[in-house]
Amino acid sequence: KFQNLEAQQNFAPGEKPTPYQAVTTYNNFYEFGTGKDDPAKNAHTLRPRPWTVEVGGHVEKPGAYDVDDLIRDSHLEDRIYRHRCVEAWSMVIPWVGIPLADLIKRFEPTSKAKYVRFETLEDREQMPGQRRRVMNWPYVEGLTMAEAMNPLTLMAVGLYGEVLPNQNGAPIRLVVPWKYGFKGIKSIVRIDFVDRQPLNSWQELAPHEYGFYANVDPTVDHPRWSQAKERRIGEFFRRDTLPFNGYAEDVAHLYAGMDPKKLY
Amino acid sequence: MKYEKPLRAVLHILCLLPFAWILWQLWLMFNYQPHQLTANPFQYINQYTGDWTIRILLASLAVTPLRKLTKKNWLIKWRRPLGLYAFFYGLLHLGNYVVLDHFFDWTVIWQDLVKRPAMTFGMLALFLMVPLAVTSTKKMIRRLGRSWPRLHRLVYPIAILAVIHNIMMVKADLRQPLIHLSILLLLLGYRIYVKYRPRLVKRLSFS
Repeated sequence: KFQNLEAQQNFAPGEKPTPYQAVTTYNNFYEFGTGKDDPAKNAHTLRPRPWTVEVGGHVEKPGAYDVDDLIRDSHLEDRIYRHRCVEAWSMVIPWVGIPLADLIKRFEPTSKAKYVRFETLEDREQMPGQRRRVMNWPYVEGLTMAEAMNPLTLMAVGLYGEVLPNQNGAPIRLVVPWKYGFKGIKSIVRIDFVDRQPLNSWQELAPHEYGFYANVDPTVDHPRWSQAKERRIGEFFRRDTLPFNGYAEDVAHLYAGMDPKKLY
Repeated sequence: MKYEKPLRAVLHILCLLPFAWILWQLWLMFNYQPHQLTANPFQYINQYTGDWTIRILLASLAVTPLRKLTKKNWLIKWRRPLGLYAFFYGLLHLGNYVVLDHFFDWTVIWQDLVKRPAMTFGMLALFLMVPLAVTSTKKMIRRLGRSWPRLHRLVYPIAILAVIHNIMMVKADLRQPLIHLSILLLLLGYRIYVKYRPRLVKRLSFS
């Protein structure tokens, strides 16, 4: 489906990708309902094209970018990543995406930009789950500039070589494989470069359970369940959760000297 | 009452339907057919059996108010099967948690029990149901005599613990657990009303 797709990069070597059927029918996307199978059932109302992403804040090149222009002007990469949900289940997903660093370089943030703040579409017609105030809409997420510029951080526009299905966050979503899944904000309409740490939606809702960093850490339990192990979808036995979801080599340096208890 | 027996049969069928549905879905899953258990059947069955435990438990608490309001005394015969079905779904819930979800990982289970109040409440509720199930036979009712009703008042703390457990386990969408809570409060409120009404009436008539 994508013409400008580069060679595959496997960041989950030796692990079998979770079947397409499971990846596209089991996930959280509260904009379409709070059940795990709700997004696949209800996301047909989303219209992912045409789609513009507003870029603003401390950047030299703010503006409204059409998602297809962003895709056409980029080197798309096929990347196989582990995906670990904060609810202790996990998958292996072959994403298609643009390294976020490539996009950021194009927007030319100024030295005032310390964080990147993302926002999901807010539209009750397209996102029926937003008719109920489960959380404050629109969904908000954020990264530090260093996290956003890390080569692992991806703006996904597809999976399994195909255009991203609506339920997985079409047309463009964030993928940060060393963090819990809720950091991977979906159906993004705004990207702002800001000087203060954004208040992400789950932290706003339950600050003692979900923080800003949300780095995968088997030693820091969720208040209501252990994070030491995870259920890989399709497997019977739980497997051990790895620090930074197995990406410590690539990202641990970002948090040198920080208290791991504060990185939940 | 001539409908009494067929109605009880309907009650049994209704209570067994959720279990039959799960078995059917599991059969579909193991035969690679489309099924409703999602890509994570462990989590799905967990929520499903937990929800049915609470629903049937609340139904068992509704028997007495319903009997008094409709003046149909034969309804009392619904109380034992409903209580036992609630216990049955509770055991499935626990079984799924211990065997399928954590496969006897006692470290994790112990940690859940001692460190996480939501889990403690749930397990305590189920644990307290054991003596009620054991003493549910006619023989035990006769043997325990007047302590039987006193023992079975445990159902109130059990229902409260179960509903609190339900509320605490939900991440954000509290709709269903709050419906459970409202029904529980209504059923408990009815009992408080019935118990204190005579006193209230007396006091009002004296003043």
